[in-house]
Amino acid sequence: MTFPPFCFELLVLALGILLLLMETFSGKQDRRRFAYVGIVGLGIVFLLLQASSPGPSGMASYVSDSAAIFFKKIVVLTTIVVLIMSIDYADTIRRFLAGGSGQSGLGEFFALPILTCAGMMWMSSAIDFILIFVSLELVTISFYVLVAYMRRNANSLEAGVKYLILSALSTGFTIYGITWIYGVTRQTNLTQIEQVLPGIPVENQPGLLFGALLVLVGLGFKIAAAPFQFWVPDVYQGAPTPITAFLSVGSKSVGFIVLLRVVQAFQSLPAVGNKLITAIILLAAATLLYGNLAALPQTNFKRLLAYSSIGHAGYLLIAVAGIGARDSGQAVVVYLAAYLLMTLLSFLVLVIVTAHGDGDDIVNFNGLGKRSPFLAFGLLVAMMSLAGVPLTAGFLGKFLVFKVAFETRQFFLIALGIITVGCGFYFYLKVVKAMYWQPATASVASIPVSKLSLAAIAIMVILIFVLGVFPQIALGLLP
Amino acid sequence: MNFLVQLTFLSPLIGGLLILGGTPARKTAIITTLIALVSALIVFLGYNRSAGGYQFLAALPLVRDWDLKFLIGIDGLSSTLLLLTSLVGIAAVWVSPTVGEGENRYYACILFIVAGAAGAFASLDLFFFYAFHELALIPTFLMIGIWGTGNRQSAAWKITIYLSIGSIILLVGLIGLYLLPPVPQRTFDIVKLQQLASSGAFSGSGSKSIYLLLLLGFGILVSLFPFHTWAPQAYASAPVPVAMLHAGVLKKFGLYGLLRVALPLMPEAARHWAWLLLILLAGNILYVGLATIAQKQLDLTLGYSSVMHMGYVFLGIASYNVIGLNGAALLMLAHGLSIAALFAMCGELRKQTGTLNYLDLGGLATNMPTLSFIFGLATFASIGLPGFANFASELLVFFGTFKNSTPGAGPNEFQIVGTIALWGVVISTVYMLRAYRAIFMGESQARWQGVRDMQAKPRWAVVLLVAALLVVGLAPRTVLDAIEPGIRLFVK
Repeated sequence: MTFPPFCFELLVLALGILLLLMETFSGKQDRRRFAYVGIVGLGIVFLLLQASSPGPSGMASYVSDSAAIFFKKIVVLTTIVVLIMSIDYADTIRRFLAGGSGQSGLGEFFALPILTCAGMMWMSSAIDFILIFVSLELVTISFYVLVAYMRRNANSLEAGVKYLILSALSTGFTIYGITWIYGVTRQTNLTQIEQVLPGIPVENQPGLLFGALLVLVGLGFKIAAAPFQFWVPDVYQGAPTPITAFLSVGSKSVGFIVLLRVVQAFQSLPAVGNKLITAIILLAAATLLYGNLAALPQTNFKRLLAYSSIGHAGYLLIAVAGIGARDSGQAVVVYLAAYLLMTLLSFLVLVIVTAHGDGDDIVNFNGLGKRSPFLAFGLLVAMMSLAGVPLTAGFLGKFLVFKVAFETRQFFLIALGIITVGCGFYFYLKVVKAMYWQPATASVASIPVSKLSLAAIAIMVILIFVLGVFPQIALGLLP
Repeated sequence: MNFLVQLTFLSPLIGGLLILGGTPARKTAIITTLIALVSALIVFLGYNRSAGGYQFLAALPLVRDWDLKFLIGIDGLSSTLLLLTSLVGIAAVWVSPTVGEGENRYYACILFIVAGAAGAFASLDLFFFYAFHELALIPTFLMIGIWGTGNRQSAAWKITIYLSIGSIILLVGLIGLYLLPPVPQRTFDIVKLQQLASSGAFSGSGSKSIYLLLLLGFGILVSLFPFHTWAPQAYASAPVPVAMLHAGVLKKFGLYGLLRVALPLMPEAARHWAWLLLILLAGNILYVGLATIAQKQLDLTLGYSSVMHMGYVFLGIASYNVIGLNGAALLMLAHGLSIAALFAMCGELRKQTGTLNYLDLGGLATNMPTLSFIFGLATFASIGLPGFANFASELLVFFGTFKNSTPGAGPNEFQIVGTIALWGVVISTVYMLRAYRAIFMGESQARWQGVRDMQAKPRWAVVLLVAALLVVGLAPRTVLDAIEPGIRLFVK
């Protein structure tokens, strides 16, 4: 069944506005109910997406191909898990908000991620620079609010300011790059650009390359690629944890689909396209090394996940750099799906543990294996998958990335990848070590887990193994 | 019959999950490993030797585009190794001491290691062949870290990082291997790959570098010199069942991989790199052998000795003829059984005396007559005395090595390294007998008053392993007849 363009985005937008209205008219009741409304609403949208099939959208700036639908599913699922996390996180939010009623501000905290979700869905369908830019801004501006949401918490505010300034800067790069590309091609639409590119005279090609590189810088910021990763550790650590998860999964996924579409469009002019690929290879190498090496000494779990998020961007960039290979897009998509599962699972366990503990350092996970065997097992699976142990989803992603790299003869990146995977084993297993080797430091009581979170953890653990053992399921969902 | 092959890894896997779910740990572990042992035995005996080739095949297609399927099946070599896995597996469960807290995790981890090893040997698909082996890595990490002794944390890190890097190098090599044939012929199916190899699909220029990657990856997993430094410390610090399983079984995965994947698919590359392998394995035998003599503790002696003995298996592989490869395959079985028995008794000694230092031990023969007798048997097996499987296999390895010569052309590299390796037998005699003397001989000492001889639990487990060594040693044909047809397929 094909749906009219914008229909999913508008549905999600309506859901977000509905939540805002409920906030206005609902008096003193528990705002956490809003999250349930949001989860159910997004669940319905997900089912509709499941039922929708790719087809012509009838609009030049908007596609509904299978990749777009797949990324929309990723975004909706992420938002659902983020809302589940936010319910567990509500107490922390409340603590750092001013205001007497004890409920004020919580409603928006559940409504804003849904609006962000709408922006990301637009972004996955956008093939016109103008629409890409507008949806990018919709996403980014809601993130400005969300990152700085805990306004009595200095870390959150610091993160908000950093994110605001650097994100605005990167947006400047993107829009400047778009103008250069427009200046050369007279087009903003990626399909049009792809068609006119082969006819660009040689003297205009440097300008085109300049524009493309500027866009790459802006996208590099979104996907947390080195050397545009400076904001990541501080913002990830300071932001409310569910928002960190949202940033690291949602923001990165849509960044990658836009990157793929742009790089694909530029392949029609090899003179520029190949230089762009070289730039991406350099980015990939820097990102792999920086993310994985800097993660080694981390003692804070959120910072560890921040560096891990940079590291995984490196593996994803290897796949993007191999865009000439048959399975490059497939590798990116499978890797992102795996990354979504394992990262959200880690953040979910993190939220539950910190909600009942003292902080988000790795030390706070000491003895978790004895305190809460189920949570510890969930995190163990997430860490195994992040490290890339076979028969988990993370391994399948790494396997495909290395396959693409081999097919396109990127032996330098493969050699780097071997080293960084080794590093990954060290810093992910550090968490496992804390959970199982070390005795509990402070409290030894078992951690209470809500039924919803329990179900979410169980589902993600099962999915990680299912994708790892039956790769055809992941591949079957794909373009 | 096909399901019996699957039972060898599914039974411990399900057992591990059941234990995590709350069934009584030790009982479940013994029952599931017993099921695995019985199935492995039936499979080993039921393998049709005159027909040869791969048998009991069962496939579950997964990704058609890549020709990836969950393909299970065995030939003589893998059925032998499955038998080894289940023998050592049940012995490892049997000798496991009483664990206080976390008993279910302890036994579950052992079962997952057994399942990982058995699954790797039973898989005939590159993807799962690789995946099963690495799955055993995490339980190993957890077990050494939680229940290890001595410097357990650093040992656990070292083995995990080393093996993960070895595995990822191996993965890259396997991916390269998969991509070597043209697109329509690409497959993960080892049976099909071996058929492709006979048509020369893997003799291109890329095959030499891919073989090198495989040699390096498998080599790290088998503690090939100079990548062996993870092994002794890890085995010394690991809990007894893990040391038995890892030194006895898991380490054989790398050798099995060379025999199953690298050699049959890329014989030319194997001959091309034989010189490199010869140099490195001489390091295993001579350098590590001398390092073994210098050890002052039984657990480290055994750890180093297991690294050293891998040199002989590599020698058989490097010789690349039917006799040498037969010897290498048989030695994998023999060494797996003998080192597992030795580690089991080493754990028993530590439990009774509290020390493994040669200076503190001595005169234990009168207090522990059974242990000292069986330990003596295992020592002689490890040295390679006739009657034990180790003798038969080392003899074959040497014959295979010296067979690579041209009459009248003077000594070639095989004969030089073979001569060095012969001296290795003397080295291993020195350190094993020294260890035996330091522990069991001499005056009986007053402080061993409270020391008890080996109890029924560990005794039967060790007797099982040593008996298997004797059976194979006295009638090596029982195993060799199964292994040889598979080797003749790729060696002219």
